[in-house]
Amino acid sequence: MSAVAKSAPAVIVGTPPFDLARIRRDFPILDLTVNGRPLAYLDNAASAQMPRPVIDRLIQYETREHANIHRAVHYLSETATAAYEGARGKVRRFLNAREEREVIYTRGATEAINLVMHGYGRKFLTEGDEIIVSQLEHHSNIVPWQMLCGEKGCKLRVIPCDERGVLDLDAYGKLFNGHTRLVAITHVSNALGTINPVKDMIATAHAHGVPVLVDGAQAAPHLAVDVQDLDCDFYCFSAHKLCGPTGMGALYGKAGLLEKMQPFQGGGDMILSVTFEKTVYNVIPHKFEAGTPHIAGAVGLGATMDYLAAIGMDNIAAWEHALLSYATQQFETLDGVRIIGTAPEKAAVLSFEVKGVHPHDVGTMLNEEGVAVRTGHHCAQPVMQRFRVPATARASFAFYNTMAEVDQLVAGIRRVQQMFT
Amino acid sequence: MDSKQLYQEVILDHNRKPRNWGRLDSPSHHAEGLNPLCGDHIWITLEVSGEQVRNVAFEGQSCAICKASASMMTTNVKGKSVAEVEQLIREFRDMATGKLDVTQEANHLGRLAVFAGVKDLPSRVKCAILPWHTLHAAVNQQASTSTEGEQDPFAEVVGKQ
Repeated sequence: MSAVAKSAPAVIVGTPPFDLARIRRDFPILDLTVNGRPLAYLDNAASAQMPRPVIDRLIQYETREHANIHRAVHYLSETATAAYEGARGKVRRFLNAREEREVIYTRGATEAINLVMHGYGRKFLTEGDEIIVSQLEHHSNIVPWQMLCGEKGCKLRVIPCDERGVLDLDAYGKLFNGHTRLVAITHVSNALGTINPVKDMIATAHAHGVPVLVDGAQAAPHLAVDVQDLDCDFYCFSAHKLCGPTGMGALYGKAGLLEKMQPFQGGGDMILSVTFEKTVYNVIPHKFEAGTPHIAGAVGLGATMDYLAAIGMDNIAAWEHALLSYATQQFETLDGVRIIGTAPEKAAVLSFEVKGVHPHDVGTMLNEEGVAVRTGHHCAQPVMQRFRVPATARASFAFYNTMAEVDQLVAGIRRVQQMFT
Repeated sequence: MDSKQLYQEVILDHNRKPRNWGRLDSPSHHAEGLNPLCGDHIWITLEVSGEQVRNVAFEGQSCAICKASASMMTTNVKGKSVAEVEQLIREFRDMATGKLDVTQEANHLGRLAVFAGVKDLPSRVKCAILPWHTLHAAVNQQASTSTEGEQDPFAEVVGKQ
């Protein structure tokens, strides 16, 4: 499963493996016009849009099923609990985890990483221990580990990447020593789109007896994930990048590891019994879900899993790959435009520079054309430093995007160039 | 207001050919301004003699809005008294944050009013204001300023989007 490219026949040009017009009708927001132009929403790596079936599921929950979970014996509490726990089963299937109790709900990928930092890192790492991250990490997979290093006197080691944005696996292998305790790497780079060979990287780490956390925030929306096949120890993602609700996400962890870890937050629902002398923690996953959770978020996430499963992650990957290939070809015809991140294995992210024009000016002018792209450092300043740019513009595609939207982007860039030169 | 109106020819021209570009050899005042969120980074050097700004120069890496704002700022403050410069800084900041309507209220902004439209593009307000922040820091003998955090002298008006 390691690559979107492998499952994506390059022959697809303009013909999605599903009914794209029908899919687009599922997304009410795609009808918007912005500055008098049809919206071309190409900022999916920041947050994807929500389809009607997920919106409807949230309305159904809030109007017909809501109560607190795991508490009362009344009808609504049972209904809400069933919906909440039912969604956990859907996430398990989405990730192909062994057991539902290996799926912990979080506020998103960031909270999931912080949970592992606290539950695993603070409990098991000590002075002199080392954590390996990569040059391609989002700040959310750097800062928590730096905090831990600051507290414990641990050291962060960084896997470098080359000019294409491909990680140097020889250098990675050499970073391991007797002090290495954890590897935390992204599956797909949010700034460049590089798909990292995480399965091989996990095998390398395991050969040294080191567990691996994979940040799947950018991978889960774009390719089929199988945590058993990867053999990762932790995997996390955010629901809103998968067309689900914000403030919701999940952490997968191997049961044996989760059981050894300390709780993240204390409170209700994470305990079996409490006296002033002693508290007995609940079993996983509840040990890590203190307080009343984002129940609607979980229900919405479950509906998202159903929606994506009906389209098929392989179909999604194939169409996004076609969009990326077409956009890349079109960009190569533009003088003065440099694509940043040219790894052979990429998800649907296109970071670029327009020569002589600051990315913020590019973003503001593209907005004028109805095209939504992200501009800035993409919460990945070490990537920007590596490529010696202050910021980039980034177009990122979802399965509901069209070739016409790619054309709108390219036409917008031509207009930016006319205006500024 | 849309961005086409913002990117008027005068702004595009100052972006292409910034005036007073570079650093003065022996400045009496200087400051560095940084917007860490977008990477805009500029340096301003000043020669203040008596109470008058005799000369000013800037350089740096930034977007067109920031560069044009800095360039037009330098042409406007040269020869003015420090008190007049501080007045202009206040007026520019108020215009960019929507507190001063240049079409209704008396002001000294002149052609700088071309930046009035930035108030409708909240994510770009800081781009326009950064040079003025930095000038404010320079005349007050601060070596550096930032649009973010504790260093941001105008956080209360600019920081909220």
